[in-house]
Amino acid sequence: MPSTVVRLWPHRIEALVLPLLALVTALLLFGLFVTIGDHSASQAWQLLFLGAFGDAFSWQNTLQRAAPLMLTGLCVALPARAGLVVIGGEGALVLGGLAAAVLPQMVPGLGGASGKLALLLAAAVSGGSWIALAGWMRQARGVNETISSLLLSYLAIALFKHLVEGPLRDPASLNKPSTLPLGDALQIGSIGTYDVHWGLAWGLSACLVSAVWLAFTTHGFATRIVGGNARTARLIGLPTQTLVITACAVGGACAGLAGGIEVMAVHTAANAALISGFGYTGILVSFVARHRPLAVIPVAILFGGFGAAGSLLQRRMGLPDASVQVLLGFSFVLILASDGLQGRIAGALNRWLDQREARRPSATPPITPPGTAA
Amino acid sequence: MAKMERNRRTLLQGAAWLGAAYTTAGWRRLAEAAEAPITVGFIYVGARDDYGYNQSHADAAAEVKKMPGIKVVEEENVPETQAVQKSMQGMISQDGATLLFPTSFGYFDPHMLAVAAKNPTVRFAHCGGLWTAGKHPANTGSFFGYIDEAQYLNGVVAAHATKSLKLGFVAAKPIPQVLRNINAFTLGARSVNPKITTTVIFTGDWSMPVKEAEATNSLIDQGIDVITMHVDGPKVIVETTAKRGKLVCGYHASQAKLAPQAYLTGAEWNWITAYKTIIDAAHTGKPHPNFVRGGLKEHFVKTSAYGPAVSEGARKQADGVKARMLAGKFDIFTGEMKDNTGKVVIPKGTTLKQTDVNLESMNWLVDGVIGKA
Amino acid sequence: MSAHAWVDLLLAMLGGAIRVGTPFLFVSLGECLTEKSGRINLGLEGVLVFSAMAGFGAAWLTSSVWLGVLAAGLAGGLLALVHGLVCSLPQVNDIAVGIGIMLLGNGLAFYLGKPLMEPQAPQIPSLMLGDWSSSANVQAALHINALFPLGLALALLLRWGFTHTRWGLLVRMVGDSADAARALGTSVNGVRLAATVAGGFIAGLGGASLSLYYPGSWNEGLSSGQGLIAVALVIFARWNPLRCLAAALLFGAAGAVGPALQSVGYGAAYQLFNALPYALTLLILLLTCSPQRAARGAPMELGVTR
Repeated sequence: MPSTVVRLWPHRIEALVLPLLALVTALLLFGLFVTIGDHSASQAWQLLFLGAFGDAFSWQNTLQRAAPLMLTGLCVALPARAGLVVIGGEGALVLGGLAAAVLPQMVPGLGGASGKLALLLAAAVSGGSWIALAGWMRQARGVNETISSLLLSYLAIALFKHLVEGPLRDPASLNKPSTLPLGDALQIGSIGTYDVHWGLAWGLSACLVSAVWLAFTTHGFATRIVGGNARTARLIGLPTQTLVITACAVGGACAGLAGGIEVMAVHTAANAALISGFGYTGILVSFVARHRPLAVIPVAILFGGFGAAGSLLQRRMGLPDASVQVLLGFSFVLILASDGLQGRIAGALNRWLDQREARRPSATPPITPPGTAA
Repeated sequence: MAKMERNRRTLLQGAAWLGAAYTTAGWRRLAEAAEAPITVGFIYVGARDDYGYNQSHADAAAEVKKMPGIKVVEEENVPETQAVQKSMQGMISQDGATLLFPTSFGYFDPHMLAVAAKNPTVRFAHCGGLWTAGKHPANTGSFFGYIDEAQYLNGVVAAHATKSLKLGFVAAKPIPQVLRNINAFTLGARSVNPKITTTVIFTGDWSMPVKEAEATNSLIDQGIDVITMHVDGPKVIVETTAKRGKLVCGYHASQAKLAPQAYLTGAEWNWITAYKTIIDAAHTGKPHPNFVRGGLKEHFVKTSAYGPAVSEGARKQADGVKARMLAGKFDIFTGEMKDNTGKVVIPKGTTLKQTDVNLESMNWLVDGVIGKA
Repeated sequence: MSAHAWVDLLLAMLGGAIRVGTPFLFVSLGECLTEKSGRINLGLEGVLVFSAMAGFGAAWLTSSVWLGVLAAGLAGGLLALVHGLVCSLPQVNDIAVGIGIMLLGNGLAFYLGKPLMEPQAPQIPSLMLGDWSSSANVQAALHINALFPLGLALALLLRWGFTHTRWGLLVRMVGDSADAARALGTSVNGVRLAATVAGGFIAGLGGASLSLYYPGSWNEGLSSGQGLIAVALVIFARWNPLRCLAAALLFGAAGAVGPALQSVGYGAAYQLFNALPYALTLLILLLTCSPQRAARGAPMELGVTR
């Protein structure tokens, strides 16, 4: 019997319960997997929790790892909301890092808050233009953006290595070819006494701002229309081309920012260590978060937590470093598979509520609470 | 943000100052606790079973595990990002490690230095870095081996084995440690026959098997018949060379098992020597050895046993040079020496001893090398 | 350079193209088949790595290289089966699941493959097609991976099969219009599942080529994104198996240019030359695509072309 009353909260509950169920199943599967390899599943579970969220050190470890993933996640999420699958965030990240590292050499005398902002801006602009290029190729030339962004990413990495190990190399960097190091005045420090740098704040703010942009501004709404159905968008006269390229540019800017922050907060110079896969992990983060900027935050934290815990699994249990990847793989596939159950739990809840209503004829019909329709 | 930044710097400076002040006290405390069990952490940038650089460390770490009173914790495939900082801090905070061996060059600056500043009582022994007194904290240090001596011997053996007088070198990146090996290998070969050349291919990555195999094939297509390498895992290069029926000199660890007929000899690390020195100091509370170096003579490096393809003459000549190296009477880099663009890089009458730190910033390829530094 | 030397160089590049291109060929053929049925499997990168590991492991344990090849195909098919099953569920996005499969395949391969990095396994034999020549280089270039002719045959078979067999038509119908297929009483999910699994099996042979022929050993850097690129090559090849062959060979040859240049002493900007295959692919895409006919040859049900 189809529900006669429109209730939103069963769907909300479902949206929370389904991924959690998937996650629990993934953990169980992982336990089984570990047991087959003659390790203790319960110890693995304990260490996973301890390593990711067990104490202050673990939390700092987790949040630190999550910070760049929030930004690279957005690099996938934002173009996705405009209907494009961009997987080349790694390229935007390294170019952003390069821009931040090189700007002080071109504009001497940068320093303080304004200098840092200039570096971050340079990072965002270079990352943004790289992904915008993929968007442009799609719009103007019909080149599939998934491929072009991947190819552009490989090209960016090659260019980065060529410049860092060739023309832009600091001769003193010896066995780790790098650009000239940034001065103290241009480095990003830790948040208070915590062992987490300010990149976390940038990641969180970028997610929040993106969410506000998509949900509450006309421009964001228009972008979502384009992503939902490009033809409709054109019919109602939206500038689809500009909207798509803008979404790509903003996404790329986030990845570029991630690169800039990595250089300014961690590496102090641009070098090949910057190419460490944050861009690719960002793809996973965004897909699990269903390309919703607010959901990117907890998903990035979860990924960061798994990374932090993986370190402990290696040291305490001698599990291979890839055990985290296996766990992530299980979680990822199951969370996506749980989409297939969408509507089942909510439907069951609705049916149960309908029956309850039917048994109590005098009850007033439930009213949809205001504000939930956004 | 700026204020936080200032606070952080003040804090760090304070920590460094405290570190310096407590260093002596720290060592003394360690001395009192001498012979008490200590936890040692090893961090590798690649896989422990790579038949190369990481395995050379992991094998030595396995030796350390057998030493009494030592607990070993390990992590592999740790990238040179904040991840390694967290791994080091985790080994300290979660496992109580008091001595760490971050074994990849890229871990030194800024990662190890950052963690060392926050943990002044923990000792850090980095592999490959150029620790400099006054610049780097006293609780850190670096160790490395003069493996170019063994590469020189590789060159001598290769020179006897080549028929085309063309040798090949598959390298990851044009950095000082790699260039020094290419130069030593070429100098060794040209000491036998000055007509010999070495062609270099840089793959651009420390571990990229398909590219390494392709580089090997390209070299052999040019008539090159003996190959050696400097990448993290030489397995693919050794196997590919053997498949093409050519000869190979190994690197990092012995790859003789992979190609018993084609394997001539090899330049191997013997990290346990450095490890023992540093661990003993930690165990007995002696000051942290900050700058540890050694070559064949000090047992920091060794050569693989000769393979069946090595001629009697080659053995004799290589053993002769090796004996002089072991006696400390042999110098590889003596003037006058020109690079492959014709520029004099070591003037006449100058000899750069192995301990000369100038050699650790080498940026040229010696005459006879075909390739670009 | 004499004419003879040029011929040698070209042959060396052809040899390189076949050596490096064979895994690309198998993965792109596998993806081509899957996509023809209207589904994308971005997870073939994971399939490639996982099957390379499984094939190497099986060949090592059984001392039989052909059992290894079979195991690689089966492992590829198995992982693709997971992809196919999950994608059969309603409301599930195949691109996303593919990325999950990539992660899972890599993770499982690296986890289970730890003990396989040191051993050596029997190798797929070479076909000595160059023995007529006295030049050692020609001989070397024409030592061809025994799997390559299989890939060649497979490309022809798929090309022919798509147009001339009932199965081929069925796959294409499901890929072009699921509604029409349903109207004919065909199980859309069933056909897609079969195409996905078969595609995974074919891609798995590419994995065997990596770990059992070239470079012929198992380690964690073995693929470095080749599966992902091969998936991209399918769009580049406009879902035509013969063009997949051309694309794979072109990509392989372009990859051989960088090392070849260094081996003759031209070493400047080697990092840029290493990126030549990517630049070339992008350039050709830019030149051949246009917004009007972006999806020419594409299965209509495919999400990625819309």
